[in-house]
Amino acid sequence: MSTTELAHNRHIPDRLDNPLRSALFSWETLLILVAVAIFALNSLASPYFLNAWSLSDLTFNFVEKGLIALAMALLIIAGEIDLSVAAIIALSSTIMGMAVQAGVDTPGLVLIGLGVGLACGAFNGLLVTKLGLPSIVVTIGTMSLFRGIAYIILGDQAYRGYPASFAFFGQGYVWWVISFEIVLFVIMALLFWFLLHRTSFGRMVFAIGNNPVAATFSGVRVERIKFILFCLTGLMAGVASVLLTSRLGSTRPSIAQGYELEVITMVVLGGVSILGGSGSIAGVVLAAIIMGLVTFGLGLLNVPGIVMSIFIGLLLITVIALPILWRRLRERQGA
Amino acid sequence: MSVLKKLFAAAAITAAIFAAPAYAQDNVKIALVVKSLGNGFFDAANKGAQEAASEIGGVEVIYTGPTSATAEGQIEIVNSLIAQQVDAIAISANDPDALVPALKRAMDRGITVISWDSGVAPEGRQLHLNPSDTDLIGETIIKLAADRLPDGGDVAILSASSTATNQNAWIEAAKKALPEKFPKINLVTVVYGDDDSVKSTNEARGLIASHPDLDAIIAPTTVGVVAAAQVVTDQNLIGKINVTGLALPSEFKQFIDNGASQAVALWNPIDLGYSAVYLSHALATEKAKAEPGAKLSIGRVGEVTLDDTNAAAMAAPFQFDKSNIEEFSKIY
Repeated sequence: MSTTELAHNRHIPDRLDNPLRSALFSWETLLILVAVAIFALNSLASPYFLNAWSLSDLTFNFVEKGLIALAMALLIIAGEIDLSVAAIIALSSTIMGMAVQAGVDTPGLVLIGLGVGLACGAFNGLLVTKLGLPSIVVTIGTMSLFRGIAYIILGDQAYRGYPASFAFFGQGYVWWVISFEIVLFVIMALLFWFLLHRTSFGRMVFAIGNNPVAATFSGVRVERIKFILFCLTGLMAGVASVLLTSRLGSTRPSIAQGYELEVITMVVLGGVSILGGSGSIAGVVLAAIIMGLVTFGLGLLNVPGIVMSIFIGLLLITVIALPILWRRLRERQGA
Repeated sequence: MSVLKKLFAAAAITAAIFAAPAYAQDNVKIALVVKSLGNGFFDAANKGAQEAASEIGGVEVIYTGPTSATAEGQIEIVNSLIAQQVDAIAISANDPDALVPALKRAMDRGITVISWDSGVAPEGRQLHLNPSDTDLIGETIIKLAADRLPDGGDVAILSASSTATNQNAWIEAAKKALPEKFPKINLVTVVYGDDDSVKSTNEARGLIASHPDLDAIIAPTTVGVVAAAQVVTDQNLIGKINVTGLALPSEFKQFIDNGASQAVALWNPIDLGYSAVYLSHALATEKAKAEPGAKLSIGRVGEVTLDDTNAAAMAAPFQFDKSNIEEFSKIY
């Protein structure tokens, strides 16, 4: 069968849908509406919410996790996952703490923090791509490994004495209430948006997630791209480690405990398919903001933490399940 | 958009439930931040905090804490308390260092910050309230045994591990108090059960076998004290050997009931929460100042004196005996 024959038999439209219509019913629109609704509810429920400093403090609830979620989104779109990100934060922070004791100053500390993150990510990437192990198994292992090393080094002790200039990353403000953390998050979100949606690298990430075999036969160097994505995720965990360590002003091996699940929650809430192949950076950014709005808003009302996690769980299930139910309902009506 | 409807409904219900008491503007708002919620010890502290609030009047206590005991979770809570412009934060910290920047920020915004139970480094709080201190604990564990031995007698200590910092400091303090305050009490030996039930049981058996005249076993550890009381019960030595020390009332109630122990002690969380609110209120309303050497009232619990680092010890460990074990065993 020749290609001309195919073209005759099937009508292939230039666009699948009216662009306006698809934008209106997209996942991102839904997330924007949810974010606006929560924002409005917060403003009504607490007199302290609509205040420049409150809104600025709110960003600290999601920025570090959100930065990792940007890279994690690419990794999950490519059909892999990294559960060791919180452990990478702990190990990277611990090594930075050791460097402080050795007299390393701020620029060196940042380099070490990012370097350890990158190295951990590369280690994950090597195990997955060279040995062909499933990433969920590899990173469950390295999750214990990285944090275990931090515990061996520190035990029940803590590293303190970070230089005063180091505090800028997690506690500093660029202008008025605009913190360094939020500026970095915006820049990184734009970079990741460009990488995923405007470069051939981004197209290859989607291709791998949809069908790695087809991608391989199309000349995509699947293993290499996966390796790069693991490195990128490790690097972003390193960035988060610098920010969090700077914000806490100290290191304990229990730092960032449980962050990996919150990061993955953001990615999934952001509309990235957990099976790989689809998703967008805008969705992940919106999901990060929603998580920040929910936790801070409920915090202002002094809602106990356990109720807060129930709420986030319900939010996740609702937002994930409803469009699926909606589609089923429409399919049934159509048929 | 049924998604939105559901979200609205859920959030509105949540808001309605929790927003109502949040508005009383004229009250002094004191936040009692604990290591984690769902812990009987801290729920008891909250009970004391509410008691202090109603005693002082015009005080609203916000009882809050993260779900899991992490410093990051507590920082999120501190940030939201800063935004709510509370008057004081009284915190039992999950990490003495990591909370310092957040609490410093709270103090910069004019909020009174104290730590209690589990402390924060001095630069992150105005004062710290310890439940007790080493000398008081050392003295109390001997007193618990000595009170039942008016004519003196032999006692032995069953400790945790030989490297446990807390226990070693208490035992040193106990040894120091012996010749001055309890001249008739003879400490025959100190053994170590490593906070392990099996090892503690074996050590207790060994003590009884090698010291036939032993009158009391003192275990300044919640694991050791249960093991020793069980051995005394099993060997039918109730009435001959009195087991005492530091014990959790809920774990230890049966041994007070069966007579293996006359009394044990531990910090009283109700008094601790009460005192934390009392001190926060005094500092927030500028009725008192936190400075080294200052003597501050803590209402019905008494008075504390601040040391060089603005830390203070509340009181000697609280005694539990037949008269009150029933009540406290339900709390923690």
